[in-house]
Parts: sequence; C-alpha cells; structure tokens
Amino acid sequence: MKKLTLLTTVILLAGLTFAQTGYKVGDKASDFELKNVDGKMVSMADYPDAKGFILIFTCNHCPYSKAYEDRIIELDNTFKSKGYPVIAINPNDPAIQPEDSFEEMKIRAKEKGFTFPYLFDDGQKVFPVYGASRTPHVFIVNKEHGEYIIRYIGAIDNNHTDAEAADKRYVQDAVNALIEGGVPNPEFTKAIGCSIK
Amino acid sequence: MFHKSCILILIVLLSACMISACSGEKSRQIPQMNFQEFETLLHQQNDTVYVINFWATWCKPCIEELPAFEQLNTEYEDQKVSVILVSLDFPNKYEQLLLPFVKEKNLQSQIIHLTDVDANAWIDKVSPEWSGAIPATLIYKGNDRGFYESQMNFEKLKSIVKTKL
Repeated sequence: MKKLTLLTTVILLAGLTFAQTGYKVGDKASDFELKNVDGKMVSMADYPDAKGFILIFTCNHCPYSKAYEDRIIELDNTFKSKGYPVIAINPNDPAIQPEDSFEEMKIRAKEKGFTFPYLFDDGQKVFPVYGASRTPHVFIVNKEHGEYIIRYIGAIDNNHTDAEAADKRYVQDAVNALIEGGVPNPEFTKAIGCSIK
Repeated sequence: MFHKSCILILIVLLSACMISACSGEKSRQIPQMNFQEFETLLHQQNDTVYVINFWATWCKPCIEELPAFEQLNTEYEDQKVSVILVSLDFPNKYEQLLLPFVKEKNLQSQIIHLTDVDANAWIDKVSPEWSGAIPATLIYKGNDRGFYESQMNFEKLKSIVKTKL
C-alpha cells in the first residue's frame, strides 16, 4: 500500500512537472497584457480582426535573435495583412542581462524599425505559461471559436546563419497552412537558442 | 604547350597541398564538424565517462560554467573521463570569435566546433529532453545517459561523474 502511495505521488509529481513545461500544440493559450516599447499595454484582445498571431519570444542580446530580426520583420510584413501579425516578447530579466532592459528594447526597436509590438515580459510571468525556453522561440496562435489555440511551436526556419539557404521555412509554411484552413506540418520543431535568463 | 600544362598542374597541386596543410593546422586546434561526423562521439561504447557540454562564446551562462568543465578535465586527467566542449558558435565566427576566445582562456579540454545549422534535424539525437537552449550538457557512459539543460558547477559535475565511474 505504501508503495502504491509512493507510486501515485511520483506519478502526480511527474504530471505536475510536465504541466509546468508550458503549452503543447492544440492547447488553449491565455492572453497577456504587456508593455510595448511605445509605452502602451498590448494584449491579443486588442486585435479583434486578427485570425491569429505569430508570437515570438526574442530579445536584444542573443545572436540567434539578432540573426532573425530581419526575418521577423519580413514575417510581419507578409502576414499582418493576411490576419496573422507578429507580436514579439522579450522574456529576459534585465537584472541578469542588462542589454535586454526596457530602455534597450526601445532603442533596438527604433534602430531596426520593428513593424510589430515588442513587449517586455516584466516580472517574467508570461514566458513560463507558454513554456518558452530559448530565444527566439515561436508560438503560432490561431483564433478558433473565440479561443486562442496553439498551432505551431518552434523555430522560424532551418538555417539561422543564412535566410536564403533555409530550405524549410517552418513559420511561413505553418501560417500559410492555417490561412488555407489546414494544420501546420511540422507543428513542432526545435532550434538552438539562448536560454531565457 | 606540354610544359605549360605541366606547370599548371604543378601549381594546382602545390596550392591544394598548401590549402590542406592550412586546414590541417586549423583542425588540430579545433575541428569543425557537421552532425554526422560528430554523432559517433555521442555513442561510444566503452568504460569512459563522456562529459559533452554545448556552449558558445556569446553565451554568458556558458562562459561562467566553462571553468568547472576545465577543472573536471584537469582533476580527472588520470581517470576514464573525457570532457568535450562543443561550440555552437556561428560557422562564420570560427576565426573571429572562437579561436581567439579559446586562446585567450587557454582552454585545455577537447573542443569541437559543431557547424551543422539544421538543428531541428539533430537536437533530438543528442537528447529528446533538449529544447535547444544552451548551456546544455550530456554526461554518459555506455547506455547510462543523463542530460542537463541548465548551468553546471564543479560540485554538480563531480557528483554526476562519480555515479558513472
């Protein structure tokens, strides 16, 4: 009996740990309210006409994030008009990574001419809910019957060093699949990235 | 005409030799590998404990933990422990960042520059537990494997290695 209780506890704990790892594809995502570099608060609910969102956890300091900045702008330019705007979120703690402070975010957004909101996850409350572990880390949210459903988690494409050389453009293909009423394939990919600090 | 082509061939051969000598020099310092070349190091079936750390020169927590791996490499020099530091620096940063960094820090452990950019194709082959964030460390002996997607310190490394020795 003791063994059984122990086993149950272990299973319960394992379940809890698993639950803490964030969203899986198909899960309902919760909205957030975070401060944009223009000082205004932004939520997904602010976009009643959007069909979904390309949420990207990214930051200033990480070389992988930097390598993808132009591609993130391009994704926004391509898909905002089709109903899937980019929302970028910096999940890092500036106390640990000063280059990712709100002030530095403003500077970077201006320098690069970001066409999308660049939000600060102040207090690091949003990224653990989503289960972001690195930057950049993409979550594509699709609006379905008034709910936000995660339809893709992972990398932007399969070549961080050279956009032209990437022969798998995961995010682009995933959003196109959603626009056509299908489901992304693959729906989950991995990439090397900077750990969230 | 015959002489000219001979000379041309000679020049081509000579320059080929020089290039290979040059890259031979590089590969003695830090070999650059794609995943296929690297993968055999993840599946050595012998009695050595392999401590394989994934890092990059730009990764602050990685740099902070490097001395722990160096210490492990030194303190376990006489035992069956092999420390391998796998740099994930961008392929084009080899000369500019990786080589100067290794020289400056005087790193003694074995170093490999993994230049395979299609990470989605190989991250799960290192460990299905790995999300892709660095620092990350694989410690294994034969089929006894442990994967750690977190920052290490010497005590933690030592305690894991001891259980496998």
